[in-house]
Amino acid sequence: MLNYTLRRLMFTIPTLLLISFIIFLILDLAPNDPTGNLPLTIPPEVREKIRASLGLDAPMFVRYLLWCNQFFINEPLNMLYEGFNWCIGDCENRLRVTSWSTRSPVVDLIIERLPQTLWVIGMSYVVGILIAVPIGVISAYKQYSWFDQAGTFVSMIGFSVPTFFTGVLLIVVFSVMIPNDSWFWLPSIYDTTHVVTGLDSAGEWHFSTLWSNLSFQFRQMLMPVMVLALYNAAQISRFMRASMLDNLSQDYVRTARAKGLKEKTVLLVHVLRNSMIPVVTVIALGVPQIFGGAIITEQIFKVNGLGQLLIVGIQGADIPLVQTLTFLFAVLIVIFNLIADVLYGLLDPRIRYE
Amino acid sequence: MKLKHLMAGALGAALMSTSAIAESHMAQGRDGHVNIIYWQAASILNPYLSGGTKDIEAASLVIEPLARYDEGGALVAWLATEIPTVENGGVSEDLRSITWHITPGLTWSDGTPFTAADVVFTGEYCMDPSGGCQQLAKFDGVESIVAVDDLTVIVNFASAKPFPYGPFVGGQSPIIQAAQFADCMGVAAPTCTDANFNPIGTGPFMVSEFRANDTISMEANPNYRDPSKPAFATLTFKGGGSADASARAVLETGEFDYAWNLQIAPEILDSMEAAGNGTIVSGFGTLVERIMINLTNPSADLGDERSTVAHPHPFLSDIAVRQALSMAIDREFLVEVGYGQAGRPTCNVLPAPAIYASTANDGCLVQDIAGANAMLDAAGWEMGSDGVRAKDGVRLSILYQTSTNAVRQDFQALIKQWWSEIGVETELKNVDAGVFFGGDQSSPDTFQKLFADVEMYANNFDGTDPEAYMGGFVCDKIPSPENAWLGTNMPRYCNPDYDAASAEMAGTADINERARLAKAMNDMMMQDFVIIPLVDRGRVSAHANSLEGVVLNTWDSELWNVADWSRAE
Repeated sequence: MLNYTLRRLMFTIPTLLLISFIIFLILDLAPNDPTGNLPLTIPPEVREKIRASLGLDAPMFVRYLLWCNQFFINEPLNMLYEGFNWCIGDCENRLRVTSWSTRSPVVDLIIERLPQTLWVIGMSYVVGILIAVPIGVISAYKQYSWFDQAGTFVSMIGFSVPTFFTGVLLIVVFSVMIPNDSWFWLPSIYDTTHVVTGLDSAGEWHFSTLWSNLSFQFRQMLMPVMVLALYNAAQISRFMRASMLDNLSQDYVRTARAKGLKEKTVLLVHVLRNSMIPVVTVIALGVPQIFGGAIITEQIFKVNGLGQLLIVGIQGADIPLVQTLTFLFAVLIVIFNLIADVLYGLLDPRIRYE
Repeated sequence: MKLKHLMAGALGAALMSTSAIAESHMAQGRDGHVNIIYWQAASILNPYLSGGTKDIEAASLVIEPLARYDEGGALVAWLATEIPTVENGGVSEDLRSITWHITPGLTWSDGTPFTAADVVFTGEYCMDPSGGCQQLAKFDGVESIVAVDDLTVIVNFASAKPFPYGPFVGGQSPIIQAAQFADCMGVAAPTCTDANFNPIGTGPFMVSEFRANDTISMEANPNYRDPSKPAFATLTFKGGGSADASARAVLETGEFDYAWNLQIAPEILDSMEAAGNGTIVSGFGTLVERIMINLTNPSADLGDERSTVAHPHPFLSDIAVRQALSMAIDREFLVEVGYGQAGRPTCNVLPAPAIYASTANDGCLVQDIAGANAMLDAAGWEMGSDGVRAKDGVRLSILYQTSTNAVRQDFQALIKQWWSEIGVETELKNVDAGVFFGGDQSSPDTFQKLFADVEMYANNFDGTDPEAYMGGFVCDKIPSPENAWLGTNMPRYCNPDYDAASAEMAGTADINERARLAKAMNDMMMQDFVIIPLVDRGRVSAHANSLEGVVLNTWDSELWNVADWSRAE
């Protein structure tokens, strides 16, 4: 197993290098221009100078190697310096991957965005799983009952109604129609600067301050989390149901019942455990999407996480930002694929990697 | 006697208490917090490194220019004591230098004095050739900038500059602090992240936290020159989302106090305003949605000589065709469909300020399909059996391109319909805005190359002086492979009279004479029908009813007078 994992890890290095080059190539070939969104009042000669100052006049290959140097060498070294104060080389003036629109290090922007993305998108994933598993189990156990039909209906809605519709619908109901002094009113705009802390403005710790901060955080997360949880739950509950149905008709279930085991034990210990094997891998494969952020939902609720960062980068032709973000997503996808494979082997004794 | 004393005492007490109230009323930060939403998030607070409107306007809360434009387009002294002119001696007789006097006693938000050295530094910062300064055009023609003493700056130009209000005027060209940016010159400019995100300024607010492309938190500048301003102690500048979501946040949910640039369908905006939380404000500047006619042949068969002056256009070089195309358009209807309160029909490519606006072309406001047909008949373009006019084997078949944008595609469809009524066949094309307006040399779809018969977009100019803008239509500014397609004269218009008027304007200082020339140049192009103006587009924003003091300014940053904003009682 360890051998297999190590072999796979070794193999990811050339894969990721190739991916990074392909991303760079696509971005370079795509017709876009970082000065394209500037007002037309900026004359063409000035635009040329701006492009030159961004290094765009260099050949493509040089720019790729520069990015590789910045991303694979300078960024890790900088992390060592900032995290542990280990200084290797020239620490103060290291050339890091720099965004064209903000002129600041891309990695810092990503770190700034991580909390809200993990809170909102991650929470929606957890909530989605918590809703999906029981629905899947009950739907399969009572196949074609009214519960199964209702579950199928809700899944279909969650699956087919886009989040830009459900999101705006929730905003219209909870932010617009409900008066904003009501207890049920929810904010339509996420405050990324909100900090959950018990310290008040004078710096003293109060439980009531913590409570009001927590409840504000809860309220502003509620709508985006619910919109995404509906979507996630719809997907996972269908997997859960199908996998449960596969197992329920197996011989070992009949054996367990014949042994005189309680129905609860048969269902929740024998069938559920075995049915979880494919579902766990599906869940693991979905984790990189959390980091990718939910571009549309983030945009609707102004969560301004990683998804929004990517969209702003694409719109502004901020190539270093888009390149770095997409590459990090690629890394996550490759790693979580590996994790899913390893998990599969750990959970299912029938599967052995040599 | 006693009564008199009592009354005097009571009066005195009353006076004292009112003055105490007045004092608390006038204190900085008395109105708490204000929320502003821009649906494009600010990326950086240094306008010299970003030409984006959102960045310039966010920065205008913190850093300020020597002079700026008010809502009427007039120059007002901001950090300077007065606007220098030839009359008051501030501008030299030969028009080659301008002398600014800085208001005495100004300090930066860190408490250090604001001096002429900061102004000189700002100029050097932008003019550094390796810095990639995005406002370089503001410093066009500047030879040197000299600090005479702590409060006097002279800007010298290489040649006579009749309109010397480029450097340090308006939101695009604010003064940055020399001490903070000293190590950020030239190639080092982008590396100064801290300074670019948290510039020290003289404005009413200073940055407390900057989250790029997201939210800026600000607090009142304790060293602001007017101790009673700003009325708000803290400010949130949120970015992201879409124009309709930010309109909703102000007009419907009441979460925000000010929303910027609400380009959404007019009927949706009106229904949001009906909720009663806020007010829509609109103002007009110089932004004109127009159709540019290609006077040269865009045929792909010509290879490298495509859309160059070597080959005149097969039918658009006929003025009768161009005029008929303009006459067939119902501009009122376009405004109603696309812009509502945010637009008005126009017949000029130079619609404002008022002294430059011509009235000679207003006939275009009325659609005249019959007249257009008659004109084409008279010019010998005969209607074919397929409903398309032709002459000598040349069919009136037009490729009409623009950028991808819902309103522009509506306009294309309507105009195609009207043109079909005068026997002109139209093929529509839209190109992603990033490509269309981007200068990618390898792309055939940029608006400079104009590999189409006509194209539609909007353009305007900074500030109030049209010299550079109108100067963009002289023969020299025709985009071509020789100048790497860097030119602003999209119609490839070349008229010696026009060039002469443009040259004359460059040497004229008298404002009325300049206005006469600008109008004449506008009329020349309008009456040659090389540009078909459609809609004068205004800016639409919204503010909460509880927010007072908003004056929408289309000539400068919308947040130009944020120091005067306050909360209604």
